Amino acid sequence: MSEYTSKSEEKFQPVQTNKVGGSPYTGVLGWIDNRLPIIRMFRHEYLDFQVPKSLSYFWSFGGILTICLLLLILTGISLGMHYKPDAKYAFESVEKIMRDVNFGWLIRYAHMNLASFFFIAVYLHIFRGLYYGSYKEPRQLMWIIGIVIFFLMMATAFLGYTLPWGQMSYWGATVITNLFSAIPLFGESIVTWLWGDYSVGDAALNRFYVLHWLIAFLIVGVVVFHVIALHIVGSNNPSGIEPKDTRDTVTFAPYTTSKDLVGMLVFLLIFVAVMMYAPNYLGHPDNYIPANPMVTPAHIVPEWYFLPFYAILRSIPDKLMGVVAMVSSIAVLGLLPWLDFSKVRSSVFRPIWKQCVFLFVLNFFVLMYIGGAPAEGIYLLIGRIATAFWFAFFFILAPLVSLVEKPLPMPQSIHEFEDWKKQGKIKVFQFFGK
Amino acid sequence: MKNYLKFIFVFSFIFILGITNSIQAKESNVSLLKPNWTFNGFFGKFDRAQLQRGYQVYKEVCASCHSMNLLSYRNLSEPGGPEFSEAEVKALAAQYEIQDGPNADGEMFTRKGIPSDRFKSPYPNELASRAANGGAYPPDMSVLVKARPGESDYIYSVLMGYEEKVPANIKLEEGVYYNKYMPGNKIRMAKPLNSGGVEYADGTKATEEQMAKDVVSFLTWAAEPHLEARKKLGFKSVLYLLILTILVYLVKKKIWSRIESKV
Amino acid sequence: MSDTKNKDKTTRRDFITTVTATVGAVGVGAAVMPIVSQMNPDSSVKALASIEVDISKVKEGQEITVLWRGKPVFIKRRSKEEIEKAQKVNLKDLKDPEEDKARVKNPEWLVVLGVCTHLGCVPIGGKGDYDGWFCPCHGSHYDTSGRIRLGPAPTNLEIPKYEFVGTDKIKIG
Repeated sequence: MSEYTSKSEEKFQPVQTNKVGGSPYTGVLGWIDNRLPIIRMFRHEYLDFQVPKSLSYFWSFGGILTICLLLLILTGISLGMHYKPDAKYAFESVEKIMRDVNFGWLIRYAHMNLASFFFIAVYLHIFRGLYYGSYKEPRQLMWIIGIVIFFLMMATAFLGYTLPWGQMSYWGATVITNLFSAIPLFGESIVTWLWGDYSVGDAALNRFYVLHWLIAFLIVGVVVFHVIALHIVGSNNPSGIEPKDTRDTVTFAPYTTSKDLVGMLVFLLIFVAVMMYAPNYLGHPDNYIPANPMVTPAHIVPEWYFLPFYAILRSIPDKLMGVVAMVSSIAVLGLLPWLDFSKVRSSVFRPIWKQCVFLFVLNFFVLMYIGGAPAEGIYLLIGRIATAFWFAFFFILAPLVSLVEKPLPMPQSIHEFEDWKKQGKIKVFQFFGK
Repeated sequence: MKNYLKFIFVFSFIFILGITNSIQAKESNVSLLKPNWTFNGFFGKFDRAQLQRGYQVYKEVCASCHSMNLLSYRNLSEPGGPEFSEAEVKALAAQYEIQDGPNADGEMFTRKGIPSDRFKSPYPNELASRAANGGAYPPDMSVLVKARPGESDYIYSVLMGYEEKVPANIKLEEGVYYNKYMPGNKIRMAKPLNSGGVEYADGTKATEEQMAKDVVSFLTWAAEPHLEARKKLGFKSVLYLLILTILVYLVKKKIWSRIESKV
Repeated sequence: MSDTKNKDKTTRRDFITTVTATVGAVGVGAAVMPIVSQMNPDSSVKALASIEVDISKVKEGQEITVLWRGKPVFIKRRSKEEIEKAQKVNLKDLKDPEEDKARVKNPEWLVVLGVCTHLGCVPIGGKGDYDGWFCPCHGSHYDTSGRIRLGPAPTNLEIPKYEFVGTDKIKIG
């Protein structure tokens, strides 16, 4: 009671809880914007936003991924209206979509192939980051958020793959959920808890369906964080040099948007061509056989985008360590901003690191090939070497190269970088023309 | 530019290799027979008469063991398929006795099939079918083509792959047959197609090859009933996207020329 | 600086941009179509759109209810009095004037959709002030021809598409 009376008036800080106002717009737009400043924000972040001038088409993949995610959600909602998450009816309901639902075949093939193309785009997006040092100060957190998205993508892609309840769905689910049984002490009970049964079955399918939705929308949420972070730290660019004045930048609209749109359309074109003319190429024929708990397919493989990590899992001859190696092979990307401490971002000026990144990509493909091959003989040996290289890239090459490499002479600014490019002084990746 | 092309080339090469590697069955190294399917290629279409003949082969030969649970008689008259007339499909469906019910007295009864009925299965369930076929389950044929690596070519090859002369290194048990294209070269299905096995209404000569082609075309349609619609829409949308991409590229060039000329 | 920006803005809407925007909009529209269309009844539902009903066991004055497209259909074999009653009604007394003749193919058989035209409840047979049907939800009264006589329903009970197949079957749909 005495608190109010004992303090003198001037000790109170003035507050303003009502922040209405400040909109540059008038009329209805202004009325809304004064109360909910989304229009201002949109203009600020998407129209007047300053972006480095030198972005190549490799920077379109952010936009491409956004489109993919949007289309996945749209087609996913449509499929969800017809799909039945019941071990008895799942396979048939997918076939009903393919046969009877209006344009069901189109929507399902789109969803199926979009998942693959989402991964293609993500891998190129990650490659871009590796090559141009997009993970370095101040973008470390954004990079880590990106890795979180990648983990979530893998989870939801796996869950989605189980839903048609074909042979590959069923056995993929069995193998992947059994990864958790590698956890010491609690492994078995965790797996039983995940299944809600003593094997993968109806209970598991039903919860996989729910989790597939949940994680899809979680991805949307984390992507929002990724983009907010991007708008704080700004885009990296092929030169790796921060923009200094307006000679170095363009406004997001119409420059970046028009360029992104070209990238998106080329990507869509390839996607549509594959979806329409080879819709099942990226899938596995065994998944058109209804799930049968009594027979495992002769040659069981995960979806192509998991193959490199599957190869890492198989190359370790210990259950627990295999799982640990597989998970950490992705998680280790999060340490890269600190393992590679060279001050230079872009590989354009890092002759040795550039070669390392190419080797890393090559190694990725080797692992992918090994992941699809039987785990025996020479394949196993190559798989082990490739796994070793994967980790060596992060723990040995990255710090070592940072120490010994002598960067090439660098321009002072992005516009100077552009001039050098025109004069042929430096070579950069370019998709087609300018 | 050169750098990039090299990258794309290496990328796609290894990518395709990796995926193909993961999918191809390892057991058999024989290359499949590859007839000229009418439905292959960018503008592929089914031959209606062929699909109708194929249905006849299915009905008179395959259907005695193989079910086709996902198809309904009505599908036979839908566009993109055999396109029997609706009256023909009604007559086809009416040839089957379908169990229905329960009726007002609570009892199951049989009635003549109607177009919306599913294809009648030769056995009431999988166990019955195993029991009747010496333990082997003749797979459901609805999506069979899509469920085998090599798709239509594979099914065709297996149908044509029966040989009298069994290689010395293969020992056949009772009720097992030699097949050149089957993984492991052993198959529990006796040679199903023999010349003159069916009598085609349209006068086509029912050679073994002809029947195999017809029935595989039919099975391909059954597994992918919207194949024609897909290819048609595919061509249109690829063409559309190509035009739009070029247009957007021109707009982009125009927009960027504003700042590029200033340098 | 601001001058050049304004100039840019005025020339931006040039021919190629307009064409591109139009072509793009058409494509987006076409892409949305399947997403919308998938919600319509699928072909297996459409295939079941007609049913055949055996009416040989229905006695005079009796009514049977069958399910068609997920909705009840009333098939009533009307008695002489009921037919007479339905035919004698003065059209001026009706909310939705319609001759009984126009509502039946054979005066003995009345086939109507058992869905109240007010808000979709199922009316109860043999009840109400006009001896036809009475909807318990909001009190609509229908007569022996299924016409609305009293209550909030705006129109008569709907007649589905049907035909007689032989003497003892009706095909609905």
